[in-house]
Amino acid sequence: MKLKVISGICFLLFVLIVSCQSDESIEFKRYYSAGAIVYQGHCQNCHGTNGEGLSALIPPLTDTAYIKENLKSLACNIKYGLKGKINIAGKSFDDAMPAEADLTPIEIAQAITYITNSFGNKQGTVTVDQVNEDLIKCGN
Amino acid sequence: MRKLTGVIVLVLLFGACKTNTTKNTLPIYGQRTAVTKTVNGQQVTDTDYQTIPAFKFVNQYGDSTGSKDLEGKIYVADFFFTSCPSICPIMQRNMLNVYNEFKNTPDFKIISFTIDPKHDTVPVLKNYADKLGISGNSWWLMLGARDSVYNLAAKSYLVAVSEDSTVAGGYMHQGYFVLIDKQKRVRGSYDGTDMKQVNQLIDDIKTLQAEPAPTAQ
Ligand code: HEC
Repeated sequence: MKLKVISGICFLLFVLIVSCQSDESIEFKRYYSAGAIVYQGHCQNCHGTNGEGLSALIPPLTDTAYIKENLKSLACNIKYGLKGKINIAGKSFDDAMPAEADLTPIEIAQAITYITNSFGNKQGTVTVDQVNEDLIKCGN
Repeated sequence: MRKLTGVIVLVLLFGACKTNTTKNTLPIYGQRTAVTKTVNGQQVTDTDYQTIPAFKFVNQYGDSTGSKDLEGKIYVADFFFTSCPSICPIMQRNMLNVYNEFKNTPDFKIISFTIDPKHDTVPVLKNYADKLGISGNSWWLMLGARDSVYNLAAKSYLVAVSEDSTVAGGYMHQGYFVLIDKQKRVRGSYDGTDMKQVNQLIDDIKTLQAEPAPTAQ
């Protein structure tokens, strides 16, 4: 009997502790860790392990101001590619990023959450709903 | 008698293969043939190693350059194309480390052959070199006739390259960095996408630089 009460209390405590970790942070962790894998498979060859880019050919992902300003266009740029002149980290880039047309909206959301919270960036979770909304703008 | 010498040579060669892998000497790759030469009136048996054959292409400055300019030099060769979306950026990031380590060494060069001569014209290569941040003459981006380059890759540098519409970018190629010594022999092959192997390459270049010059024959 006593044992049951104690284990019951323990269980309640456990539930309490787990639920104290907010939903938001669990969601963030899921997006972020899945995003790391998407990044390794689809982006890292070009943008580098530490988002350092490659000389004046491929821009770094460390320009936090640029990332913040362009948060809403990242989904389109990843899915449909990006070309034309852009200024990043004080340098100009004028090559093309190929379209990653095979990536699903959830994978894009994960990748964006990963890059916008790595390499010095801190933008929080970008959800699949936000990505779907952003993708409408570029003719999803 | 001839036959016996042949057998002895073979046995010696096998032995040589094994001892070659000791710490401070690099192996010599490729086919080898035994040759009998007359030196000072005496018959001696020597080994001829496979060497990189002569070639003459154009570099990113539009200069006609080739094997003549590489005589007596240690160099690293690889195959790439400027619009390559897959492994090339990783290879270039790693090759830049090799470049920065040896760019002021006069007897050293990096030779990157484009496998997409249709698109990678001299101005395209020059623009790419500028953006990559390389200058001077220690790293040449070489443009040659498609078949000559593909032949060199497969037969001499032992790197597989091919046109393949099913892969991203349209060309399939292996990302090896191939180390060639002053006698045009292949002395090492490293995965250019693996930073650890590229660091080994940098060490091996230093080992080659310290290798005594061959005695004149
Ligand atoms: C083939 C190489 C390549 C791959 C693969 C690639 N990118 Fe890019 N990326 C580029 C280039 C080149 C640019 C600059 C395009 C321009 O100049 O307009 C760029 C630009 C960007 C930018 C905007 C500029 C900046 O640096 O902030 C972001 C963000 C970005 N890429 C993220 C990604 C993500 C995420 C992935 C993977 C899903 C990815 N890229 C895959 C080459 C690549």
